[in-house]
Amino acid sequence: MAQAQTREPGLHSVTVTVNGTRYSRDVEPRQLLVYFIREQLGLTGTHVGCDTSQCGSCTILVDGIAVKSCTILAVQADGAEIKTIEGYAEPNGKLHPIQQAFWEEHGLQCGFCTPGMVIAIDQLLRDNPTPTEGEVRRGLDGNLCRCTGYQNIVKSALSAGRKLRGEEPFEKPDVAMSEPATAGAH
Amino acid sequence: MFPAKFAYASPQSLQEALGLLADPDAKILAGGHSLLPLMKLRLAQPKLLVDIGRIPGLSYVRREDGVLAIGAMTTYRQIQMSPEVHQAAPVLADAAHEVGDPQVRAKGTLAGALAHADPAGDLPAVALALGGAIRAVGSGGERDIDLDGFFVDMLTTSLQEREIIREVRLKIQPTGAGAAYQKFDQPASHYALTGVCAVITLQNGSIASARIGVTGVGPKAYRPTAVEQALVGTRAEEEAVKAAVQTVADGIDVQGDIHASPEYRAHLARVFTRRAVLEAAQRAS
Repeated sequence: MAQAQTREPGLHSVTVTVNGTRYSRDVEPRQLLVYFIREQLGLTGTHVGCDTSQCGSCTILVDGIAVKSCTILAVQADGAEIKTIEGYAEPNGKLHPIQQAFWEEHGLQCGFCTPGMVIAIDQLLRDNPTPTEGEVRRGLDGNLCRCTGYQNIVKSALSAGRKLRGEEPFEKPDVAMSEPATAGAH
Repeated sequence: MFPAKFAYASPQSLQEALGLLADPDAKILAGGHSLLPLMKLRLAQPKLLVDIGRIPGLSYVRREDGVLAIGAMTTYRQIQMSPEVHQAAPVLADAAHEVGDPQVRAKGTLAGALAHADPAGDLPAVALALGGAIRAVGSGGERDIDLDGFFVDMLTTSLQEREIIREVRLKIQPTGAGAAYQKFDQPASHYALTGVCAVITLQNGSIASARIGVTGVGPKAYRPTAVEQALVGTRAEEEAVKAAVQTVADGIDVQGDIHASPEYRAHLARVFTRRAVLEAAQRAS
């Protein structure tokens, strides 16, 4: 905390914990958090879509709250606990229930917006574990998708809610998937 | 997009922050959701950012004697979730919900939005309709700036160069009052093409008092005082209210842009003032 105490335009040391791993790097004050995560930490699951805090592709959790990392300076995040999309599936590849719901409900096509969508839905479901369809749509106000027309993303969010509430099994029985629901298998 | 180069400081106290503001090219960074986009577009190029986000004790909502005291670093999200706000000024929670999107609301601050004075920001209208003061701290000590004199012009407030908002002090809604915020937004940005907040009290079905704040129409948020006066004694009914709000954009330098011409904005101001007044009246008892 608060190591960044200099008036010089030089580098500042930033220490963050991302998905449980601690990183320290020197950054320029103008380094944006999303580029810090992608380029300095090499975690490229967080995407840059619009770079103007509108599209939500860069959504991550900072200290447990979903924010847009294109509009935060890396120095502002010094000391923070961060979770990115890489932190959602279990180390053995088992998907997070929200990711599983996207898989089953075909909640993505190109996948570019998906990391931000998953994290926005995580926040939404923690704020309101039993959202209506309308509340899901309003809750995803900060995330744009150019492929799906949102219909299947909304279905995914509602299904994820049911899975997290235990009203639907982790794996939907009527979906006979030929491939196992794992991440990072390739 | 990267901002131009700048130096960064994260003071631990407001006094330390005030010392850093001696640099005339310094800017205060709070939530950053107005300032950083401007810096990325290089519309703002401060030489020094003074991040007040690490000063302890600036994030709170407290109910004091007739006033909601909201700390400088309090986010829209915290305002939306505050039981004190829902009790004392529910219209503030409603309007906070209209700002940007959930992620933006998790970082953006009320005090920052008021200091930024965006002509299409939502909260300036609500602050004016509720009334109250901005508590600012400067090298000469602390002072309260009445909200009625706070917004000076587009992106300009009566804050001095070396002053920091410590707290926003909004009057709680009077007993029995109803309040509403009605907005017509630009769908991509969610900025208000017109936003109107009305705080209304009733007596025997007629309007006993009205306070109105309008944003998105002129170069700054304003109170249409002639409309407020015309509403007093008016029946809280569609036609009567419609007649009373006709002058809401009169004398205002109504803005035009690719989204709405001045004529259209003035029309929206009349329509949304009527809707806000009627909705507020419905909520009054």
